[in-house]
Order: sequence, then C-alpha cells, then structure tokens
Amino acid sequence: MKCRSLIAFLLVLCAFTLTGAQEGIGPPDSISADSTRGDSILPPAPVGNLKAWDTDDDHGHSVTLEWEISSDDGAGQNSVLSYEIFRWTPFFMDTLKGIRNSLAQTEAYIAELQAFLPRAKKRLKVHRKGEPGVGFADSVAFYVDTIAASERWLPLHKDRLGQLRRERAQAIDMIPQAHKSYPEQGEWRKVGTALSGQTSYVDAGVKEKVSGDYLADHADYYYRVDAVTADSTIRTSSEIAGPVQSYGQFFNTGRIPVFVAVIVFTFLTVFFVTKARRGADLYVRPLAGIEAVDDAIGRATEMGKPILYVLGLGTAADIGTIASFTILGRVAKRVAEYQTKLIVPCYDPIVMTVAQEIVKSAYLDAGRPDDYYEDIVYFVTQSQFAYVAAVNGTMLRELPATNMYMGVFFAESLILAETGALAGSIQIAGTDQVAQLPFFIVACDYTLIGEELYAASAYLGREPILLGSLKAQDYAKAAVMVLALLGLIAVNLDWTAFTDLFVVAK
Amino acid sequence: MNIFDRMMSLDRRWVFLLLVVVCAVTYIVPFQVPIRVEGEVRSIYDFIDTLKPGEIVFIAIDYDPNALAELHPMCYAVMEHCFRKNLKVIVTALSQNGPGMAEQAILNISDSLMLDREYNGVLYEGREIRNGEDYAFLGYKPYFALVILGMGQNFRIPFPTDYYGTPLDSIPMMQGVQNYDQVACVVDLSAGNITDAWISYGQGRFYFPLALGLTGVMGADYYPYLNSRQIFGLMAGLYGAAQYEEMANNPGLAKDGMRVQVYAHLVIILFILMGNIGYFMGRRDEKK
Amino acid sequence: MRRQIPLMLVFIFGIFMIFQYFVPHESSEWIYEFLLDWIYIIGIFALALGIWSLIRVSVAKIKAHKSGWGYPIITLAGLFLMILFGFTGYRDGSWGFYFMTAEGLSNPMFRHFFDYIMIPIQSTMFALLAFFIASAAYRAFRARNIMASLLLVAALVVMLRFNPYLGPIGPVIADTASWLLNVPNLAAKRAIIIGVGLGMVATSLKIILGIERGYLGKG
Repeated sequence: MKCRSLIAFLLVLCAFTLTGAQEGIGPPDSISADSTRGDSILPPAPVGNLKAWDTDDDHGHSVTLEWEISSDDGAGQNSVLSYEIFRWTPFFMDTLKGIRNSLAQTEAYIAELQAFLPRAKKRLKVHRKGEPGVGFADSVAFYVDTIAASERWLPLHKDRLGQLRRERAQAIDMIPQAHKSYPEQGEWRKVGTALSGQTSYVDAGVKEKVSGDYLADHADYYYRVDAVTADSTIRTSSEIAGPVQSYGQFFNTGRIPVFVAVIVFTFLTVFFVTKARRGADLYVRPLAGIEAVDDAIGRATEMGKPILYVLGLGTAADIGTIASFTILGRVAKRVAEYQTKLIVPCYDPIVMTVAQEIVKSAYLDAGRPDDYYEDIVYFVTQSQFAYVAAVNGTMLRELPATNMYMGVFFAESLILAETGALAGSIQIAGTDQVAQLPFFIVACDYTLIGEELYAASAYLGREPILLGSLKAQDYAKAAVMVLALLGLIAVNLDWTAFTDLFVVAK
Repeated sequence: MNIFDRMMSLDRRWVFLLLVVVCAVTYIVPFQVPIRVEGEVRSIYDFIDTLKPGEIVFIAIDYDPNALAELHPMCYAVMEHCFRKNLKVIVTALSQNGPGMAEQAILNISDSLMLDREYNGVLYEGREIRNGEDYAFLGYKPYFALVILGMGQNFRIPFPTDYYGTPLDSIPMMQGVQNYDQVACVVDLSAGNITDAWISYGQGRFYFPLALGLTGVMGADYYPYLNSRQIFGLMAGLYGAAQYEEMANNPGLAKDGMRVQVYAHLVIILFILMGNIGYFMGRRDEKK
Repeated sequence: MRRQIPLMLVFIFGIFMIFQYFVPHESSEWIYEFLLDWIYIIGIFALALGIWSLIRVSVAKIKAHKSGWGYPIITLAGLFLMILFGFTGYRDGSWGFYFMTAEGLSNPMFRHFFDYIMIPIQSTMFALLAFFIASAAYRAFRARNIMASLLLVAALVVMLRFNPYLGPIGPVIADTASWLLNVPNLAAKRAIIIGVGLGMVATSLKIILGIERGYLGKG
C-alpha cells in the first residue's frame, strides 16, 4: 500500500511538473519584441504569399517584391523586427566582381603612373640643374630609374586594362546564362532589409553594366524573404518566389493623364489653326498694353526721341524671349515706317543675333532698308546688373520717349522701370516672370501679365495661325477650370475614382 | 505748395537719405529682434534634424553674389546643421558665379565646425570636415535644366568629376550614390528661374523631397507649390534665414540683418503713410 | 533649305523629347543622355560666341573712340586677366599654366578678384533695389480707389508681418499676413502659373510644329 501511494504521488507530481513545463514551452500569450534572450524567442511565422515581378513603368533592372506580413509581426508572438530579402546569386558573380576589382586597381595604378610621370620629369629637371654632389646624384639616378620603370610598365598595364575590359564585357553577357544554374552553383545572398510592417521591397539595380550594382535584364531571379527577430539567428524563411525577369517597358502607364492632356492640347491647337487658316474670324480681347504701342511710337516720333526696346535677360530658348522677338518685329516695322530711332541693347549674344535679323527684316518689309544700321541692336554684357547699369545709363543719356520691356526679367526689373520713370518715358512692360509683375505694374504705364505676353504676338500681327493657337490655349484653360471645379467637388465628396484619373506616377 | 503737396511729391533723394541713415544706425548699434518661426521653415529644420547620420542632403547653391545677403546666411545655417548632424552633403552651384561662393561657404563652415559648440542644449564636438568623405562639391555646369534632368539619371552624366577634377567614382561618399534616389532631400537656394527648373524638371519628374530657399521677392510666388506639397518647406528672404538660425540656435548674419530690415520697413511705411496723408489732405482741399 | 533644315531638326528633336517622357525603356534613355551631352557641347559654343561678341563690340568701341571708350578697355582687361589667373596655378614648387586641371581655381589673384571685386560689385547693385523699392512704394501705394486701397493695406500688413514691436496686435498681423500669402496670393499666383504654363506649352508646340518661326530671324 505504501508503494502504491508513493507511486501515485510521484505520478501526480510528474503530471504537475509536465503541465508546468508545457506551459513554459508552449507559446505564451505575448512576448515583448524587445526581448533579446534567445532562449525566449521562438522562430516566427514566415511571410505569406510572396510574389515577385518586374517593376512596372521603368527602364528595367528592377524587381518588385510583395508579401503578407508574418502573423508574428505586430501580433501573435510579436517577435518580428524586420524582414531580410535574399536573392539567389550564382558563384559566377564573384568571378565578375573579381574582374571588376582588378580593373579598378589597374585603372587606379595607371592613373597614378600618369600623374607621377610628368611630376617626376619636372623634379628630374630640377635635380639635374642642381649643384653636383652625392645627394643630387642619387636623386637623379633614382628619378631616372623610376621614370624608366614607369614608362616600361605603363603600356603593359594599359594592355592588361584592355584585356580586363574585354573579360568584363564577356562576363556581363554571361550573367543570364549563369542564373540558369539555379539551385546549384550559387547561394542565397542578402540584398535588402525591410522594417516590420512593410509588405513590399524594390530590388533596384543600376543599368550601367560597369557598376557593381548592375542588375541584368532577362536573367532568372529567385527571391526569398526571411522574417527576423531580435536574435538574428532566429528567423523563418518564406517560400521561394521566381523565376522572375526584369525588363524595360516601352510605355509608362503612370503618365497616361499627361499623355491624354498632350494629345488633347495638340488636337485643339491643330484644329483652331486649321480653322483660322480657312478664314474663320477669331476674336481676341483687346490688350491695353499692346493698344498703347502705336500711340507710344507716335509719341516718340513727335518728340523726336528714340524708343528703347529691352528683350530681357532670357536666352533664345526661353518662351518669353521668343514672344518678345515677335513683338520686336512688329514694333521695328512701325518704327521704320515712322523713321524713329530704335535702341535694342541685348543681354545674350544669340538673342542679339536673332534680334538683328528680325529688325533688319522689319526695316526691309517697311521699305526702308537703308535706315537700318548694325548698332540699333547691340550686345552689352551677360552680367545681370552690369547690363542693367548700362541700360540705365542709356536711358538717362538718350532720354527715350518710350521704353518697352518685353521678355524674361529678374531682380533688375524695378531698377529698369524706376530709372525709366525718372527719365520721363512711357513704359510698356510684359513678362512671364510672376515675381517681377508687381514691380512692373507699380512702375510702368501698361503691363502685359504672364501669358498676355505670349498672346501679344498673335494680337499684334493678327496672323490666323497665331490667333488659332491662342484660341486653343483659351479652350485648354476653360477645360482646366472645369476640371478644377469637378476636382473640388470630387475631393469633398470623396470620389476617388475621379481624382485617381489624374494621378501621375513616377 | 503747402505741406501736404510737399508730402505727396517729396524728392526721392530724401527717401534714399533717410533709408541710408536708418540702415547705418541699426547696423552699427548691436541689438537683436525676436524672431517668430513659421511652419514652412520649421518643416525644413525638422526634416533635416530627424535624418540619420550618414544620410545625404543635396544643397544646390544656385545664386549669384547679388543675392548673397539673403541666401548666404541660409546656406551657412543649413549646411552647418547638416554637418553637426553628421549628414553627408552634396553641393552644386548651377549659377555662373556660384562656385566661388559655394567653395568659400564650405571652407568657412569647415573652420567653424572644428570648434565644440552647443546648440539647443546639445553639445556637438568639433571635427574636421573632409572633402570626399563628408561632402562632395560638384561645381558648375551650364544649362541648369539639363543638369537637373541629367542628375536624375546619374550624377555622373553632367558631373563626371567634381569641382576639383576628381572622378566621382573615386570619391568615397559617392560610392553607390547614383542619383536623387539615394539622396534624402534637395535644398535649393536660388534667386532666379533655376527654382522653376528644380520644381518642374527635378521634383516633377523624380519626386524627391524638395525645399526652397529664396529671396524675399520670390517667396510669395512659391506658396502654391508648398500648398500642393511639391515642396515641403520654404525659406523666404532674410527673415526665412533668420528663422532657420533661430531654430538651429545658431545666430548669424540673418539675425543681425533682421534689425536693419525691420527698421527699413518702418521707414518705407512712414513714407507711404506720408504720401497718403498728403494725397487725402490735398483732395480735401481741392473739394473745398 | 536654310529654313527647312532648322525646322526639320526642331521637329524631330522636339517630338523625340515629348516621346522620351513616356518611354522609360533603356534605349530611349540612351538617346536622351546622348542628346544631353550634345546640348552641353553646343552650350559651350554659345559661351564662346558670347566672349567673341564681347571682344568684337569692345574693340570696335575702342577703335572708333566712341564716348566712354575707356570702359571697354577695363572690360577687356578684366576678361583677359581673369582668364590668365584662372589658367595659372602653383604646383610642385613652381608656377605654371594648367588648362585641364583645377590649380587655377586656388590662384590667390583669381580668388581675390572674385571675393573682393566681383562679389561686392554685384551685391552693391542688388542693394540698390532697397532704395528703388522705397521710392516706388512711396509713389505707387496711394489709396486712389478701392483696389489701390486694398493693395495698400495688404502691403502694410505683409511688411509688418515680422515686426516685433506691435505688441498684442503683432500675432494678429502675422496671422493675417499668412492668410494673405496662403489664400488670395496663392489663388492668384496659381492662376497666373497655370496660364503661363499653358502659354508655354502652346508656344512650345507652335515651335515644334513650325508654326512659330521667330527664332529663325524673321518675325
């Protein structure tokens, strides 16, 4: 009886002990993710549903990975701190890396030699000129031997460089072939890390073949994502995703909204230009600044004073300057007809060349080619404030009756306009530089605001083609206004289907 | 001519004279004016302050000496903040006269960083700033729009070498740095239309975080971009620079300049009011 | 032909640049980068053209002894001196000409000319703006009508934005100025920016399609 009791007692004791041990072994309700004690962390659940595909809308050399987070990320054991992304890499890539390293070393050595040789030859000259003595003789001998050796080695290294470059090119071409050896002859290597909670990663390489970060297109890539805990040895790998190949796309679908806008705008431009060419009468509202040009030229003629036309500080590629060229042509023609003096100081030499052609043609069209002379349009300087100082000096000496500022202006706009006001000139300005508009509005008699400068060229000449494109601009603006209103309504009513239509991706 | 007519048609030389006197006096007499920090400057400071050591900030010094008074203090404040936080800096200068000033700024800041300094209660030990390890100065190339576009592909396209002729691939901090993707943010300090190129061709195409440092005149024009989040911060004029210095606890030229600016503005307001008083009193007399 | 070839070139390269924005493929990028390199090269020729124009105009003024002909002499002297200093450097114990490397940038004379002549001159010219703004503001900000009065009030509010001596109304002024900048100013600027942007697109399309030919030299 005593033995049976003892055995029963021992059995009960064992049962209690085992239960307690199981409670210790079994997964606890929660373990702090900060725990660093390896024996308290269990391997986490792996990520789920790992997918890999070629990154959309890019030039290739990039693979996108997505997964569902581990059930122990922010829940369950709450032990996942990060994810590590691995890509299967063939051992062949080490050979390529070795070739790249040798190449870099050889290039560095050649660069050193090429830098050393001229300096050494210079030092040799200095030493040869020096007083003969033990020290100098040794130096001369040293330099002579070193220079000779360097000159011997340099072509050999250059040959070696050429050979290495050929080997590298051949190795790069073999990358897709090397990746076909999966799963033999290679190993998993880490390519990136994602934090806990993240569900995607882009393995983006570069397109330059000579770079160590080059990711070849059309090679089979295999990926795996490890859920990693605080103890980096305790981790769980996902299923393998692949093979996936990267390649470049021929159309960026994320930019479709811009594409549609370009097509629509081009269509509008061509439509209205065609309509204008067929003789349709297109109305353009009067622009006060341009209406005043004729009066201003007349005023200058009556007063016997010149007209100053400033093209601004833009280059010939700036839209504001191009618009100003057209206005200059019209003004020059009128000036030629009235035989008034015209002064056109230029900031940019190419602008000066174009302006000279325009003024010369204008004088020819007005039937006064003999009145044209080269000094009408002249180059001043390409320094902003030096240019302004020169033009101010011209204003105060010549006292023009009319100043016209048409084009691209910066901080000098107020200096020009105030000095012109001091000289008593009528001033007409037009610029697309929004920051300078307040200064021109305050100091000038008439101002063309922003796109009125572009419209002025059409308004002055009344050419059907230019009027047509102006109409297209106006309709495009109307469309923008309507879309802005619709967008305002959509954002407030949360119509994401509408607002998403206008999202432009990278 | 009565007093009101005189007030309305004062010779501008009196305006200039009073302005000179006020500017000179407030410059000579040292005192500080309190600075109120606004959200658009705070966001730049906070962004840079929360970057981790080793991250890269791209500073584009795109102004000429004429905008030096307003933009150089910004450059000093931002760059010193970056270096104190052990961030790496890539510097370009896309205006013709920019490289000389940029190099001068880098050298001056390097000297300042050799000293131990305390900012906002944190002691920063002095250290040597090394070209190639802590910063890379790429220099100047013409046609800024193309340079900005080219850098979006690879910095090496417009800048195969840095300002001193060293190939970019030989510069330690440029290893693995291809384009804007490896840069935490771009801070453009500019006084001209280079800013528009950074917004259209840079941020609009490559979507990197962009902050602007502009002259006061230009500042008002770029609020639409702040509102639409194409830029994440804006420092406008000397006041913007002073706000950054205030946040960084690094008083410099901007805070000194603010006392001159505040009083200069008061002088301008005085003349505006004078002109209006003269105008209204003159009109009242005419009606009589 | 003289006009047809440039028009054709503009059309081809203009269309390509539009096309390249939508085609991310490597081949399109390669051509794009190739064109960027060419534009830098052409840009250098434009720089050389600028220098040549400056020399030609200055020499003509000096030869003809036009009024103020002393200034072109100073201009040319400054140009050639900076070129000389920029190409002269000190290395390995001796001075020399370095055309391909950066020694000239640390030439003391080059630095002095830039730091003590160029920078102060340019800063001074910009500083003139302060005086011109004062006189322009004095002339222009008169409450002649309602719109002018609004302009006046807005200008005063924005100028007083960071004035620390306004006492309790200081924060009110600052908040009003912020509202002015972030709401009406933003709305107006945005409208102008959109208009200017559309104008730029239209003008660019006109240039690419050959409708706008002003840049060729005939209006």
